[in-house]
Amino acid sequence: MLEFMEGSHAVAEIVKRCRPQVIAAYPITPQTHIVEDLAQMVANCEIDAEYITVESEFSALSACLGASAAGSRVYSATTSQGLALMFEVCFNAAGMRQPIVMTIANRSLGAPLSIWNDQQDSISLRDSGWLQFYAEDNQEAADLHMIAYKVCEDHDVLLPAFVCFDGFILTHTYEPVTLPTQEEVDAYLPAFTPYQRLDAANPLSLGMYATPEYYMEFRYEVDRAMERAKQAFIKAGREFGEQFGRDYSALVEGYRLEDADTALVAMGSICGTAKDAIDEMREHGRKVGLLKIRTYRPFPAQEIANALKGVSTVAVLDKNISLGNGGAVGIEVKSALYGSGAAVYDYIIALGGRDVRKKDIAAVVDLAEKGKGDMFYGLRTEVL
Amino acid sequence: MTAAELIAFAAFEGGVYAQAFPAFGVERRGAPVQAFVRFSDEKIRLRSQIYEPDYIIVQDPTLIGDVDVFMGMKEGGIAIVNTEKPDFDSRVPEGARVYTIDATTIALEELGVPITNTTLMGAFAAATGEIKLEPLEHALRSRFSGSMADKNVKAAGRAYNQIGGAV
Repeated sequence: MLEFMEGSHAVAEIVKRCRPQVIAAYPITPQTHIVEDLAQMVANCEIDAEYITVESEFSALSACLGASAAGSRVYSATTSQGLALMFEVCFNAAGMRQPIVMTIANRSLGAPLSIWNDQQDSISLRDSGWLQFYAEDNQEAADLHMIAYKVCEDHDVLLPAFVCFDGFILTHTYEPVTLPTQEEVDAYLPAFTPYQRLDAANPLSLGMYATPEYYMEFRYEVDRAMERAKQAFIKAGREFGEQFGRDYSALVEGYRLEDADTALVAMGSICGTAKDAIDEMREHGRKVGLLKIRTYRPFPAQEIANALKGVSTVAVLDKNISLGNGGAVGIEVKSALYGSGAAVYDYIIALGGRDVRKKDIAAVVDLAEKGKGDMFYGLRTEVL
Repeated sequence: MTAAELIAFAAFEGGVYAQAFPAFGVERRGAPVQAFVRFSDEKIRLRSQIYEPDYIIVQDPTLIGDVDVFMGMKEGGIAIVNTEKPDFDSRVPEGARVYTIDATTIALEELGVPITNTTLMGAFAAATGEIKLEPLEHALRSRFSGSMADKNVKAAGRAYNQIGGAV
């Protein structure tokens, strides 16, 4: 049944139904509504969870890490500078193989100070060992949390995950979503079975000192787990589709790509606007499609190459910049398409909350088809 | 934002897809803010702000003059303006219709506070026909409870009838 609600509230409701046992978070806009809602649910005894109020994001994720190591299903949410403050703990959580699920309400990083949306925050944690899933709308944002727990807790994976949805653009938007009931969520997502846990009777150590004889092997194991996460995601997404009718088994999803000459590549809410723009361009005879990347980590390089076979021009929309070398997604799409013969162009777009309209998407397609790219789109040159 | 959310919710209750979101920025009471609503028979995928609205609601008439509140308005569009002066300097684009309503006075009389969201929602429903009275009332009763629900329904109803008489 469709219900009309705010994106943050939809996420809080679904997190509740995933039955986290420990929640630790530090409120920072725009994820505030999620953790406020969860705090209220805990206070009202709607969830049997420990809600730990902390003094910083560093502590929030540290509390989650400890609780996860003790065998609990845990949850947190953050954004922007809050995620930046978690940087060190993020690497530890992945290295210790703790299946923490954390919502990222995507937002830009300062300076200059900006509260608005782009995807710089989570992209900057690209190399941390966290899985990263991106949602196009609030339905997908809610659904991906259930899938994330299933993938993370899979004993073939045992890695933490970011579920990323665009700050304000999705978090603060009211739209219809369907939320599964508690019974339905329970049927999909069984209780957490830790692979190992801290136990005074059977002592073990996590995050040990690794000398040069061992360190590389630990890193190799995390990388292998990332690779196995692809199959785990496909399986969890397929099972989700079988139970709920919304299929998330694809790491990348094509839209009107079948006969496309030009393909846009994007992640997150901009995909919705791009789809509407593509429909309009198609009405004018333009053969344009979209490839949406759902899992940025692990990066679906092979899936991207397969999906874009036969496309002559590719335009990647990057809501981030790896300063000094262009957009992070563009760099990786170029690598995935190396040798394919397709011309791949990257566009830095919508940083710090700049609005994207259908005409902007069409303008990017025009630029790409003229061979102009690897640039910022929409710069106000008069203020430079 | 509350008005946008309630209008979208009422439209959704009436059987269409709806989307409501604020122009993200300074969200403090009293600061000029914008919020946007879309309705559609199909799922709404578009996320951009609205630049060419079919309808505009102006909650605070003191903004007119400082801000071009009617910017981008289409021909045949409808504006609902909260003002006690029906002869205000509107600067409404040609071809657009304007309905004025003293929502502040209605809100003060019915709710005891100058919060005009629900009153203007009633005016919007009557002026545009986009939402019917029944889903509107349902939306208000979902959002408010007890006597506050009754008061808001009454305020919306007064505006609905007043504008309805003018349509």
